[in-house]
Amino acid sequence: MVTMKAEAQGKVLIIRLTGELDHYYSEQVKEFTEQQIDANQSQHLIWNLSGLPFMDSSGLGVILGRYRQVNEMGGSVTVCGLNTQVKRLFQLSGLFKIMYVDQTEQEALDRLGESSCKTL
Amino acid sequence: MQNAMNVSFNALGENEAFSRVAVASFAAKLNPTVDDLAELKTAVSEAVTNAIIHGYDSNPAGIVYISATIEDGEIDVVVRDEGQGIGNIEQAKEPLFTTRPEMERAGMGFTIMEHFTDRLEIESSTSSGTVVRFKKRLAGKRVNCV
Ligand SMILES: Nc1ncnc2c1ncn2[C@@H]1O[C@H](COP(=O)(O)OP(=O)(O)OP(=O)(O)O)[C@@H](O)[C@H]1O
Ligand SMILES: [Mg+2]
Repeated sequence: MVTMKAEAQGKVLIIRLTGELDHYYSEQVKEFTEQQIDANQSQHLIWNLSGLPFMDSSGLGVILGRYRQVNEMGGSVTVCGLNTQVKRLFQLSGLFKIMYVDQTEQEALDRLGESSCKTL
Repeated sequence: MQNAMNVSFNALGENEAFSRVAVASFAAKLNPTVDDLAELKTAVSEAVTNAIIHGYDSNPAGIVYISATIEDGEIDVVVRDEGQGIGNIEQAKEPLFTTRPEMERAGMGFTIMEHFTDRLEIESSTSSGTVVRFKKRLAGKRVNCV
């Protein structure tokens, strides 16, 4: 089972996934994320994968696919909350070269200038 | 003493979770580390996904066969399909190579299997299908002293 939650903060869209992301669920994650990017007119994307103990190359495919989509519009992609196995997949496939990595969502939001303190 | 298991199932995406859990539970008696078990599950998931989407072109009538053997702290896993086979194995193994870019495949399956197991063998023919075999030591790992 994979559960998907989205939260938009200004131009940033946060996608939170929990469960095991394989081929079976990758299509659902793709559709959900595409729909959320469109609905919120998001420029930047943050994947919070802290609830994801397992992922395979199908997950890499969806994340890479959304990278292409967001990158075309001049936006960036950040991943955070990676466990050891997921981190190794990202290393092997070179995704760290094109995406930002943060420990937490908050760090990513701060870097993108969408933190809750931005109006201070 | 050798111990063996066999499972076969229809080429349906929903069976992928079952297949990797089956192999992981079988391997559990070797007391693998969390990381080794995650790597084993990933390798199984890659081979099974390939059998389903490439071997059988997602036709659920196809059957995926998995057999695994445990001996001397090592697991030996064979994932087989009777699908369309791989024309050029060397090319298929290259990182980022995929014949299905339109399906958003990353072309990383074989690269992941190679890195997450101790030994990977691929046999394939366009008339009889594909056999992917990998071994992974899970217990009593030797420490390489210099
Ligand atoms: N069981 C199989 N039957 C037929 N062709 C296969 C099989 N397994 C792999 N292939 C071929 O080898 C290529 C490379 O496989 P690999 O798993 O490395 O990448 P992929 O499946 O295309 O992408 P990813 O695994 O990243 O989702 C595939 O694109 C496919 O053409
Ligand atoms: Mg693959």
